[in-house]
Amino acid sequence: MLELFAYLATLIVHDLLGIEAGTPFGDAAHFFVESTAKIFALLAVLIYIIALARASLNVERVRAFLAGRNRVLGYFLGSTFGAVTPFCSCSSVPVFIGFTTARIPIGVTMAFLITSPMINEVAVVLLWGLLGWELTLVYIAVGFLIGMLGGAFLDAIRAERYLQPFLAKAYAEGSAPAAGAAGATRLTLRQRHDFARREVGEIFARVWKWVLIGVGLGAALYGFVPEGWIEEHLGAGHWWQVPAAVLVAIPLYTNITGVVPVMESLIIQGLPIGTTLAFCMSTVAASFPEFVLLKQVMQWRLLAIFFVLLLFAFTLAGWLLNAVEPLLFAGV
Amino acid sequence: MTIIKVLGSGCAKCNNTAERIEQVAADLGVAAEVHKETGPEALVQYGVMSTPAVVVDERLVHSGSVPEPEQIKEWLQ
Repeated sequence: MLELFAYLATLIVHDLLGIEAGTPFGDAAHFFVESTAKIFALLAVLIYIIALARASLNVERVRAFLAGRNRVLGYFLGSTFGAVTPFCSCSSVPVFIGFTTARIPIGVTMAFLITSPMINEVAVVLLWGLLGWELTLVYIAVGFLIGMLGGAFLDAIRAERYLQPFLAKAYAEGSAPAAGAAGATRLTLRQRHDFARREVGEIFARVWKWVLIGVGLGAALYGFVPEGWIEEHLGAGHWWQVPAAVLVAIPLYTNITGVVPVMESLIIQGLPIGTTLAFCMSTVAASFPEFVLLKQVMQWRLLAIFFVLLLFAFTLAGWLLNAVEPLLFAGV
Repeated sequence: MTIIKVLGSGCAKCNNTAERIEQVAADLGVAAEVHKETGPEALVQYGVMSTPAVVVDERLVHSGSVPEPEQIKEWLQ
């Protein structure tokens, strides 16, 4: 079904606009039109469907569900909810506070916060549409693992010691007040439809420019970087490339929507999958704006530990994936 | 005088909320004072998990989205 978009791009770029196929500009234009059309179509349809299903899920309900669970299950559930709830980094602070005051262990909260920006419906839709379901599954599995292990590690070192004093106090007292707008309400189909339509609108308004920038960059890479250059210079076999990719990605603050088209282009050009995924995760999950926000609830020490933990985890994941890539994608 | 606090870290939605409340209050001719609380302590105090949240005369009335003008009218009357 997705071949439709390649056909559409050929029709528009080569037949209608008369840009010659096989030239760098022609290839880049084809990539741009195909990817943009595919991403927008997938986003609209799938966000609508997913939003319809999770219309009644909000952070208050997640919190009620997570409170009082045992830890191992908690890490898993924290990551799961991180993956399925909509989230922007500007809401990380209230969520963090809400979980902490309900005495949810900090590791479970962090599992939620680590997984959240990495895995969401937009990420899954884009990865699946552009890079195939195999890679999407690998990405999801790695995101989950990092969230769960990261959370377990933070609990093991008793990270709650390094919360800001006002929050450490609230955590010790466990004084979660009843949240105002909570309450499990049954939604009618009509309300779900309204919610889903609003979600599609909001997500589109937020991501469309990232899609264009990301696809534009990807198209430029695809059309103008000589074939084989990336494979030759950045191909497998250099251990330092993964940490380098992770570090380069930190100041690049974008969301997943802008990164995936660039990833597609990089992978087509022969950049190893582990390196590419490490780069992607670091771009979306480790960002300076989010760290600045988290400073409100964490002391420097915890923030630094969290930062190093993420870098370490992404690097390790990149190395591992590069190592097993020949096995994983032998048949692809 | 109604005291209204808008809780949230200063994201665009929080600013929209504050502006909208001021607008509605002006339209209704109600004397209202709108404060933006950007610090995390306020979130703990009122038990808020999704921003922007609105506190009217120390009572939490809304959280998680930019409120509709109709809702704001109800709070102010």
